[in-house]
Amino acid sequence: MKAFSYVSAADVPAALRAISTEPNAKFIGGGTNLVDLMREEIERPDTIIDITRLPLSGIEELPGGGVRIGAMVRNSHLAADRLIRMRYPMLSQAVLTGASAQLRNMATVGGNLLQRTRCLYFYDGAAACNKREPGRGCDAIGGFTRNHAILGASGACVATHPSDMCVALAALDATVVAESVRGVRRIPMTEFHLLPGGTPDVETALAPDELITAVELPEIPVAATSAYRKVRDRASYAFALVSVAAALETSDGAVSAVRLALGGVAAKPWRAHLAEQVLLGAPATEESFQRAAAAELAPAVAQSQNAFKIELARRTIVATLRRLLTDGSAA
Amino acid sequence: MTQAPVHSRPLPTTAERSVGKPIDRVDGRAKTTGAARYSAEYPYPDIAHAALVHAAVSRGRITGIDDAAASAVPGVLAVITHLNAPAMKPPPPVSLMNLSTLASGTTVNYLNTDEVHWDGQPVAVVVAETLEAAQQAASLVGVTYDELPAAFDFAAEEKNAKPQKSDLVQSGGARKGDAEAALAAAPVSVDLRYTTPPHNHNALEPHATTAAWDGDRLTVHEGTQNISWMRDNLALKFGVPAGNVRVISPYVGGAFGGKTMIWAGTILTVLAARVTGRPVRLMLTREGVYRTVGGRTPSTQRVALGAERDGRLTALIHTSVTRLGRVGGGPEQVTSQSRHLYDAENILVQQNLVKLDLLSNTVMRAPGESIGTFALETAVDELAYELGLDPIELRMRNEPERNPIDGKRFAHRMLREAYARGAERFGWADRTPEPGSMRDGRWLVGMGVASAYHPSWQFAANVTVRLSADGTVVVRCGFHEMGMGGATAQAQIAADALGVPFEAVRVEYGDSTLPTGPGAGGSGQTASVAASLLSACDKLKRSVLALARRSRESPLRGQRLSGVEARDGGLYRADRSGSGSGSGSGSGSGETYTAILTRAGRNSVEAKVGSDTRVGAIAGQVRFMSKLMLDRRRWVKAASGAQFCEVRVDPDTGEVRVSRWVGVFDVGTVINAKTTAGQLRGGIVMGIGMALSEETLVDPRNGRIMNPSLAEYHVPVHADVPPIDVSCLDEPDPTMPLGLIGVGEVSITGAAAAIANAVHHATGRRVRDLPITLDRLL
Amino acid sequence: MGRQPVVEVRMRVNGVMESLDLEPRVSLLDALRERLGLTGTKKGCNQGACGACTVLVDGERINSCLALAVQYDGREITTIEGLGDGERAHPLQSAFVRNDGFQCGYCTSGQICSAIGMLAEHGAGAPSAATEHLSADTIELSDAEIRERMSGNLCRCGAYNGIVGAIREVAAAVPGEIGRDVMEAAR
Ligand SMILES: Cc1cc2nc3c(=O)[nH]c(=O)nc-3n(C[C@H](O)[C@H](O)[C@H](O)COP(=O)(O)OP(=O)(O)OC[C@H]3O[C@@H](n4cnc5c(N)ncnc54)[C@H](O)[C@@H]3O)c2cc1C
Ligand code: SF4
Ligand code: FES
Ligand code: FES
Repeated sequence: MKAFSYVSAADVPAALRAISTEPNAKFIGGGTNLVDLMREEIERPDTIIDITRLPLSGIEELPGGGVRIGAMVRNSHLAADRLIRMRYPMLSQAVLTGASAQLRNMATVGGNLLQRTRCLYFYDGAAACNKREPGRGCDAIGGFTRNHAILGASGACVATHPSDMCVALAALDATVVAESVRGVRRIPMTEFHLLPGGTPDVETALAPDELITAVELPEIPVAATSAYRKVRDRASYAFALVSVAAALETSDGAVSAVRLALGGVAAKPWRAHLAEQVLLGAPATEESFQRAAAAELAPAVAQSQNAFKIELARRTIVATLRRLLTDGSAA
Repeated sequence: MTQAPVHSRPLPTTAERSVGKPIDRVDGRAKTTGAARYSAEYPYPDIAHAALVHAAVSRGRITGIDDAAASAVPGVLAVITHLNAPAMKPPPPVSLMNLSTLASGTTVNYLNTDEVHWDGQPVAVVVAETLEAAQQAASLVGVTYDELPAAFDFAAEEKNAKPQKSDLVQSGGARKGDAEAALAAAPVSVDLRYTTPPHNHNALEPHATTAAWDGDRLTVHEGTQNISWMRDNLALKFGVPAGNVRVISPYVGGAFGGKTMIWAGTILTVLAARVTGRPVRLMLTREGVYRTVGGRTPSTQRVALGAERDGRLTALIHTSVTRLGRVGGGPEQVTSQSRHLYDAENILVQQNLVKLDLLSNTVMRAPGESIGTFALETAVDELAYELGLDPIELRMRNEPERNPIDGKRFAHRMLREAYARGAERFGWADRTPEPGSMRDGRWLVGMGVASAYHPSWQFAANVTVRLSADGTVVVRCGFHEMGMGGATAQAQIAADALGVPFEAVRVEYGDSTLPTGPGAGGSGQTASVAASLLSACDKLKRSVLALARRSRESPLRGQRLSGVEARDGGLYRADRSGSGSGSGSGSGSGETYTAILTRAGRNSVEAKVGSDTRVGAIAGQVRFMSKLMLDRRRWVKAASGAQFCEVRVDPDTGEVRVSRWVGVFDVGTVINAKTTAGQLRGGIVMGIGMALSEETLVDPRNGRIMNPSLAEYHVPVHADVPPIDVSCLDEPDPTMPLGLIGVGEVSITGAAAAIANAVHHATGRRVRDLPITLDRLL
Repeated sequence: MGRQPVVEVRMRVNGVMESLDLEPRVSLLDALRERLGLTGTKKGCNQGACGACTVLVDGERINSCLALAVQYDGREITTIEGLGDGERAHPLQSAFVRNDGFQCGYCTSGQICSAIGMLAEHGAGAPSAATEHLSADTIELSDAEIRERMSGNLCRCGAYNGIVGAIREVAAAVPGEIGRDVMEAAR
């Protein structure tokens, strides 16, 4: 890890000033991703701006019925929060399946949004990676691609976004609130992460000098019957091969409301709009679930080693919806 | 069928007997309070820190090294490369007269050559005032190479494998009858191909070395499985007498074979300390462990079985291909269990090897049998289904009386008993054999069995025992503690042999200044130390008795050792029961050690087995080898067991969870029920990892390990491990000291097969390639 | 690339106020091990993937390897050396010995600190991925719960059964109490 200087910001204006004046500076939250990547020499900031003392650690109800989650809220506190557990159980579950209890005690909501891919070739400085060094090529293609994308990838990059929390946020129509010296911006979650295209190094809609201050959840009654299902290579403490965040409400045997998003399949948490379209108004049956899953995965393209994920995603969608239908939760 | 016991002797019958008891570990407090010091934790006031630079090509020559940026990092003391490193002796050729020559992890003379032999080979070591500076500087060393053609893709190269030659210790193949012809003629047969991937030990403590030179004397703190090999090997390498090198290794943070050989990190730390004149510490990064310490070979195996319709095996064929590094590594005995487990009329086993431009393979928990039993024991299950026989019944119908391949006698064989007890504890009778026939809610349930088998070994060990006048005992032997509970077990053995309370015994280990211990390998350490310890205790009692006999006042006057037993802290006449006090009066049945030593004016009495002089060591080695060979000619010795497991498979996603486990093992006498159970469970846990998730990913395009990390190499976590019921038959093996057989490795064998068989039972799918990840079940 | 200015970091470690001049890049783990000589906390991966480095910060368990020490200025750190009461071991420490919750001992400090943090979290009503009903007011500490909650601590020796046994034993003896002492000391 190279040497760097350290600034601790006491309030938001100070943090924004620091990021706009210090060259090559980065915010640090829990540090669980940034410190790891700095040790690997993948991130090389000259200045670190500590934002953990910012007063952004609250979870509050919004006047319109939604919830505002401060960017410094620790993942563990988010998952344990009563409001979240009751109204958005999929979000609690998603966070709880991520990393380990120790890491969740460190990790912040802002940091979780901005964590970077776990592509093995991204992590290996000896490999060619367009995300690390634009234009150098992508060694993942034709290599170990078990945890790579089946949707939305490009010839330049086939990496996935590893977050669990973000999959639930995408399903829940969350908004990311960002602030810079230029003012406040609200970015819909589904537009926050970007597909790689020709510029896999540009991963989010956030500008380098913007600070995430909060995530806002709208009121979504259907979210109360929701669940997060994560499929992985061991029972705990592993990234998702495929995950599904789903909320389902039926009336008279037909789907009256639905939210669906996939994790582990793309460079962004994948909101399953196609599947939602198929489902809305359709009979709440296994057959509809199958059709919806098939529609969402129709455009999927496999890498050399991850064709199974197309089938796995399809099955996990169906299984999660089925359980929501019968039990009201898939935990 | 048993012969007179070789070493086993009567144990005390008193309630004080400690062998067999589930005694808490003697190092428990140190390990649970953080007081136990591991090798990177020795404070030296002026310590410097080292970091390695690894090659990123598989084969080539270094054409240039740019160390300017690295040297400019504040606090950097030295950037050592092949351009400036002092000469070291190359790794010595292997000689049976000096077994430490076996200890070189590779044949590369690090930093004394411009040649690169594998992706990851260290090409520079940086030394700095702080760890942070060393690691930063290491990342700044620029190296350029002339790449040379290299072969590293096991799947592509396995066709070039050559039959393994047999030597004194390891046999590459064997045959009985004509197995191929018998297979062709068999009414029922299976002929199957299995593969297993490379594995890494991933001991939780990364290899760490703290090295300090004082003139020509060297002190090395390192968690190793072979202190004396390390001492002798480093002495040769750095051209100093072995007596000048001290290796200190009281705590080893896990090893599993990975700390048996001497790897680059150790050598380069010692080198760095010599170059800088400072004590130097190097803890490998986790990635560094993957890049510089070998792991388990991948394998491709063929198992073919031919049987009569009643299940009697007529043909058993097991062949394997594994790899070595071109710069080192050894054959893994993949077919070993297949020579001993089944009474087949015709047998053919053959191991084949291919050398690749990769880091050497090395021993990892049950090298050979761990993966060999996966193939054999899955194939047996497959045959059972072909025959419509219960898999346990098929095994029982082929349970041999004598070693199948050569008719030698088994020293001990209790597989029938293990299966009987296991089936009972597990509830095997409740299993319906039809695949996919058992469910629990949405989960598919499967139950599988497999045999465990691991040969038992014994090595030379020098031991000193000292008895003090206060009745306390010190056992000294340079053996190793990687978690097996060695000191606890040996204290129990000494306590019983001398008839003193367990608490009165202190065991010193883990230091090269102690009498040379055996290596911790082949599950042989406990038995090896026990054998010498028992002899030393006999000698000691003889000396004490001699002191007593000299005195007119002693009730032991005129007694011979055979007529005396050690108990209650002293020696007592065997023909007079009751603990008649020996406070000096000649009328009792014996007297305490304290009484005898005090009267004789002695502070202590000491007894020694083995000698650490040069001549003594060689003589001991020769004596030991000839005894071993004789023994091997007479007996087939092994630990064995029956593994039962239950899995749940998610029918939608193919996720496999192990939900229940019963293992019953024949490991001879159990010295400590608590630590034995712990070790047996540990092997099963590693077996679960091997079955379901562990795989070192070697990129076939360039030979580079791509998941050198605990985040991406999936060892089992808490949530993967169910309650594991282990039990031991606890019948002494009459050919082993105290009747004990090593427990370190047997329980990983058969584990992966039991899971694969259970998965088949749950789903109807046969997975013949490890690990059984969910994609293989979709 | 000039010499990095050092920053003064003050932390209460196991009840003792420590003041250290550190480069910002020094991790809390290295600060404890290399600067304060508190080597009971272990380094198994230095990448957040094993839990050997688990310590308690204001009573909460974290992985000290991914924590920059400067970020913990002013905080209360408890390591394995700070558990127990002088000569008297913490109940979990003795339960680990009784239940053989370790072999090599290298993961043990992390397991014990983690278990203390875990029991406090459970006592405070926090759910886990194994929790069936997120809305429930109390969550029974089943073996499945313990295993999930402890999954951030690898034990390559495979002493998992013993570890769960030790935790179960202590949790049953003093429900909700373990960890409170550390939490309180932190306040
Ligand atoms: C072994 C391991 C396993 C893991 N497993 C999982 C898993 O299964 N699922 C999962 O989802 N995650 C997993 N994680 C990742 C973990 O969730 C993330 O590392 C964590 O959420 C990042 O949060 P942080 O606060 O520590 O971020 P930091 O490391 O502090 O920051 C990450 C990035 O975000 C930027 N940043 C942080 N906060 C802000 C802000 N408010 N505004 C603008 N920029 C900001 C930083 O500059 C940095 O670039 C795992 C991590 C590890 C080490
Ligand atoms: S997939 Fe993306 S992150 Fe991975 S190596 Fe290719 S470009 Fe880099
Ligand atoms: S050393 Fe911190 S998690 Fe492994
Ligand atoms: S006791 Fe060795 S890693 Fe847990």
